[in-house]
Amino acid sequence: MGRKRDIFIAALVLLAVWQVFALLLNSMALPQPWAVLVDLGSKLADGSLIDDLAVSSMRALAGIALALAAAVPLGLIVGAEDHIGKRVSPFIYLLYPIPHVVLLPLIIILFGIGNFSKIFLIALIVFFQILVTTRDGARSIHRNYFHSIKTLGATRLQMYRHLILPATLPKIMTAMRISVGTSVAILFFVESFATTTGLGYIIMDSWGRADYISLYTGISSMALLGFTLYLILDRIEQHVCRWMSDH
Amino acid sequence: MITVSSVSLSFTHDGQIQSVLDDISFEIEAHDSCAIIGPSGCGKTSLLFLLAGILQPDSGTLTITGNPRCGTILQNYGLFPWKTVAENIGLGLTLKKAEKTKTRQVVAQLLEEMELDGFDTHFPGQLSGGMQQRVALARALAIDPEILYMDEPLSSLDALTRERLQNLILDIVHKRKITAVLVTHSIEEAVFLGKKIIILSRRPARILKVVGNPGAVSPDYRQSDQFFHQCIRLRELLKGEINGQEA
Repeated sequence: MGRKRDIFIAALVLLAVWQVFALLLNSMALPQPWAVLVDLGSKLADGSLIDDLAVSSMRALAGIALALAAAVPLGLIVGAEDHIGKRVSPFIYLLYPIPHVVLLPLIIILFGIGNFSKIFLIALIVFFQILVTTRDGARSIHRNYFHSIKTLGATRLQMYRHLILPATLPKIMTAMRISVGTSVAILFFVESFATTTGLGYIIMDSWGRADYISLYTGISSMALLGFTLYLILDRIEQHVCRWMSDH
Repeated sequence: MITVSSVSLSFTHDGQIQSVLDDISFEIEAHDSCAIIGPSGCGKTSLLFLLAGILQPDSGTLTITGNPRCGTILQNYGLFPWKTVAENIGLGLTLKKAEKTKTRQVVAQLLEEMELDGFDTHFPGQLSGGMQQRVALARALAIDPEILYMDEPLSSLDALTRERLQNLILDIVHKRKITAVLVTHSIEEAVFLGKKIIILSRRPARILKVVGNPGAVSPDYRQSDQFFHQCIRLRELLKGEINGQEA
């Protein structure tokens, strides 16, 4: 596979750049990559990193899943049903640009400092990204497709299943890609306080202890998490949007 | 029998009401074929959309005796790019919740009839224009229609493919005793496929003339003197309309 090889080469180039900067800077704040990789490997092998990786993955995945389950149906309906779209879109217009991160205090007051607050904040932020993209995707379906399925006698529900959802899927997948990046970033934010688990905690804790190798192990793990989610998405996209890649 | 009496239609564009069809009346006998021809943008497609039930007239009535099954082939965007050839052809039956074995049987038969064997798992985007039109035809035929509506079904094809598909349509319409309504801007196509030819004026469309064309029943008609005379006659009638538009 040419693509896999290209990604591998790109990873090597990035490691080389890191190495060069580490040597040039010669600072504790930027350890050399091999030291971090050894630390990462040993922590993965002895299992001390596994729990944090699992907790962080769970939070990110649960947040994305929650957002997806709410945003996709709503986005499809708002995009495809003109009369509903007209009523709901002004609310989206007003609520979307708010930096939802600032709602964290409110979320903690409502849901406490446990896992759910963290998942909820990720879900809330990602929700709007998926909602807006899904709505715009559903809205831009050419009306001839609707004519076509109407002449075949489709019910409204069948239109969602055979036309509106599949036509919007590529846009939803794009929204998911953006969401993966966002959710990992939010993950760091929500794990940087009121918790003693997760990769975000490891980064903050190592920073506090001035353990820079451990700090970079945390950062690398987060990158690894984001990359793995990306790979999973690629697989899903290849499966559900087969018609787009097979040309 | 299809009876259209005093049908008018208008659209609202930028707050202005534009009349599209003005007092249209005609009849099409069962098992007959009718071609509707007129200058581009005159409202031919709108008239076909009215017949197919996609649009509703502002005034006048449209009666179709019995409750016939109708198949429709639209100009573009008729096929769903995210469904395979087999899924596209079987869609009408799927939507009507027909038995899966029956759907599979009908699809297999049509794949053979349309010379699409081996392409059942392809997506429309992987096929040539002529093949896509054969899939569209197969999809319309899958529900065993008594009436077949066609909107410029062959407009984007090269001359030879076009003639081949015209022969195929003629053959199918006769064999299956289908009432065929064809919208086209091609004079030759109208004369070859329509036993009755309705000539529309420029927008707002009125009926200029209804021409009987009893020869349009055999593929040999294309080579006859009668065919050429009909084409010349139609061209004269349409020329006046198009010149009027430019003036």
